[in-house]
Amino acid sequence: MISFEMPESIRKTAVLMETIADNMMRPVARYFDEHEHEIPWDYINFMHEAMKQMGVGSITPKEGKKKRKGPRLGFQRQAFMLEMLSWGDSGLFLCTPGGGLGSATVLAAGTPEQKERFLSCHTGDKPTFDAMALTEPHAGSAMPAEVRTTAVRDGDEWVLNGEKIFVTAGHKALVDSDGFVVIWATIDPAAGRAGVRPFVVEAGTPGCTVTKLEHKLGIRASDTVSIVLQDCRVPFENLMGSPEVKKKKTKGFKGAMATFDATRPLIAAMAVGVARAALESVKQMLEEHEIGIRYGLPRSRLTNIEREIIDMETMLRSTWLLTIKAMWLADERKPNTIEASMCKVRAGDLVVKVTQRAVEIMGPLGYSREYLLEKWFRDAKINDLYEGTGQINRLIVARRILDYSRHELS
Amino acid sequence: MYSFEPDEEQRMLIEAVERYATNDLRTAAHDADEAGELPVELIEKGWGLGVLQASIPEAYGGFGDRSAVTGVLAAEAMGWGDLASALAVMLPATYAMPVLLGGTEEQKTRWLPPVIEAEWKPYVAAFIEPSFDFYAGDMRTTAKKNGDVYLLNGEKAYVPFAETAEAFLIYAVVDGQTQAFIVPAGAEGLTIGEREKLMGIGALPTYQVKMDDLLVPLESKLGGEQGFDFSPVLASTQVAIAALAVGVSKAALDYALPYAKEREVWGVPIAQKQAIAFMLAEMATEVEAIRLLVWEAAWMLDVGKEASKEAYMALNGASDMAMTVTDQAVQVLGGHGYIREHPVELWMRNGRGISTFAGLAMV
Ligand SMILES: Cc1cc2nc3c(=O)[nH]c(=O)nc-3n(C[C@H](O)[C@H](O)[C@H](O)COP(=O)(O)OP(=O)(O)OC[C@H]3O[C@@H](n4cnc5c(N)ncnc54)[C@H](O)[C@@H]3O)c2cc1C
Repeated sequence: MISFEMPESIRKTAVLMETIADNMMRPVARYFDEHEHEIPWDYINFMHEAMKQMGVGSITPKEGKKKRKGPRLGFQRQAFMLEMLSWGDSGLFLCTPGGGLGSATVLAAGTPEQKERFLSCHTGDKPTFDAMALTEPHAGSAMPAEVRTTAVRDGDEWVLNGEKIFVTAGHKALVDSDGFVVIWATIDPAAGRAGVRPFVVEAGTPGCTVTKLEHKLGIRASDTVSIVLQDCRVPFENLMGSPEVKKKKTKGFKGAMATFDATRPLIAAMAVGVARAALESVKQMLEEHEIGIRYGLPRSRLTNIEREIIDMETMLRSTWLLTIKAMWLADERKPNTIEASMCKVRAGDLVVKVTQRAVEIMGPLGYSREYLLEKWFRDAKINDLYEGTGQINRLIVARRILDYSRHELS
Repeated sequence: MYSFEPDEEQRMLIEAVERYATNDLRTAAHDADEAGELPVELIEKGWGLGVLQASIPEAYGGFGDRSAVTGVLAAEAMGWGDLASALAVMLPATYAMPVLLGGTEEQKTRWLPPVIEAEWKPYVAAFIEPSFDFYAGDMRTTAKKNGDVYLLNGEKAYVPFAETAEAFLIYAVVDGQTQAFIVPAGAEGLTIGEREKLMGIGALPTYQVKMDDLLVPLESKLGGEQGFDFSPVLASTQVAIAALAVGVSKAALDYALPYAKEREVWGVPIAQKQAIAFMLAEMATEVEAIRLLVWEAAWMLDVGKEASKEAYMALNGASDMAMTVTDQAVQVLGGHGYIREHPVELWMRNGRGISTFAGLAMV
């Protein structure tokens, strides 16, 4: 039965998130944009306590041990949370403790014991963070096929060597808290993608160093770092997936792809949140000048501003529905690769376009740092870059619908 | 709960409509467009699928309850086959659905069974008007009460099968409100103009219609004395046209995609070039996103939520989608796309019309 009824429990979560966004994020959004690398501890501590009270150590959906009543909603709920918190501030949202892309990878690729072990760090008294490091200086989009960081087995340990860049929350995970980073490394450089595996490297592991903090266009509250691994030793059990490289099989690699099927719609949700913030803000500013939007009129009777706003709203709503569908599929344990990439493509386009237009429409006000519009414009662009650029996600969709391999379409 | 899966009954209906769209509409579309005429048997077969009949309660001659969601699912499948034929098959709904939604009990009992219980007959609506800034909420056709009759004056356009229509549902403004009147064929003061020549939907005969002090008895005003609420009717036609647009766009994608895998340049299929592959990916993404927008608006109508804005936005998105996607399909085929042997140019012509077609279908 086709239905667009928002589940009551998700509605409640969204209302709660909106309160947090309004009270804990918006008031400090500008401050942390202007004080790059300062850590928003108030927000972080608040979120840590709030999530403890909600009984969720992590905002990443868990495999519930309790018997489920009704359908699974974890991914859908998460999309709503991320949308709302990014509406508050996407830079601050990326500082949320208790599980990020690192947890997502563990959840997608780890065994039950590994999930238990690695994610438990988030349930302690102090807020902790995690991160996921795939990108390297020589390659981003070409990952994971081009991973050069190596993992060599030495008895019951793996020895990691290499350099990772652009790791979101890497500083918070390794330096500011006792968290962990998932490092993608190859156990067999000759095997290409088939040899690539995720490894968990916990904070404090010798040989794992944060070497650089990036200065960015936007999402400045979020730290983006380089990590160097120099003879970094981790226990054998920190490998996720098979320690063997089977010929012609890319099982270990599939773990990464599974991660993206879950995380791409989440980036889309974040993008939608930023786009909605910008659009609502423009509408509100226009309203203050007594300019309302006359929905229902044909384009020939609309002003340009009305037309722009209506078109952007149309795009926003359809993108959001696509995102929910991708997450619904994930909750239903159905394949969602194509929808995950589709919503990521569209959300990247959406947020870039909406924020660009928002600044343009509001003219000197849009461009001014008195308002958040220009900040959202800067924050927006990352959504079209990480977790696969717009081009890479178009490639994924295209390959799927054309039934092409990487070799046929690259 | 969110769910994006049609139920069993809907799936069966979709399958039946898809078969008809593939075997009958698709094969007839080209010649019908060239000839400017639809074979009657083709329309009758589509009518026989019972899409409208299934959404009219038994009391009025049908065998089910109205579901806009089911309606848009069927419309998409039919639009995929051929837009002009789909509009013809669905035509009686533009007459019956407003009666169902806005008619008094007496009007429903009187006006619905002749439409629903019979074979396909052109029961039509006169909705669109021939002005560039036509707006359903501010029509120029007027109805003025004069004693125990209404006097209708104005001009309509895009009235399908007006020449052979059994009866018309004519929209006109009464005291600033859009209202509708049932008018039998041949009524005095009703003039059917020349058949229109349009860029697309060429197989669907449409006409301009003039009302010149057309006398309509009070009891022929939809909803009786106090009239009816136009907004759900408007929303219903907006989602119907939007759903048809999804079908047209999906057709264009489904045609361009295998073509791109076949057609080679410099020894490789054009689909292996990103410029083409990305276009196809964008077309697929667009269709999927707008389809959900249409479904949501239809679902809101079904659960009785105010859906005016959503239906409007669904059609807004759908008309851009239809234009973009059908244009991209022509682009994928290159010069061949411009030749009338391939259907993509027809879909492009039809696609451009979506923004104008509200009023021509209802679910
Ligand atoms: C703020 C920030 C946070 C990040 N966080 C993380 C993180 O937490 N973990 C992590 O691992 N990475 C992270 N990244 C890295 C991000 O995922 C990469 O930057 C991204 O995947 C693109 O890689 P690249 O920068 O090397 O660009 P390149 O791969 O060099 O791409 C350059 C351009 O070429 C295009 N391109 C590349 N390949 C193709 C192709 N086959 N066809 C068509 N076009 C192509 C791209 O779309 C892009 O436009 C982050 C980046 C930033 C900026």
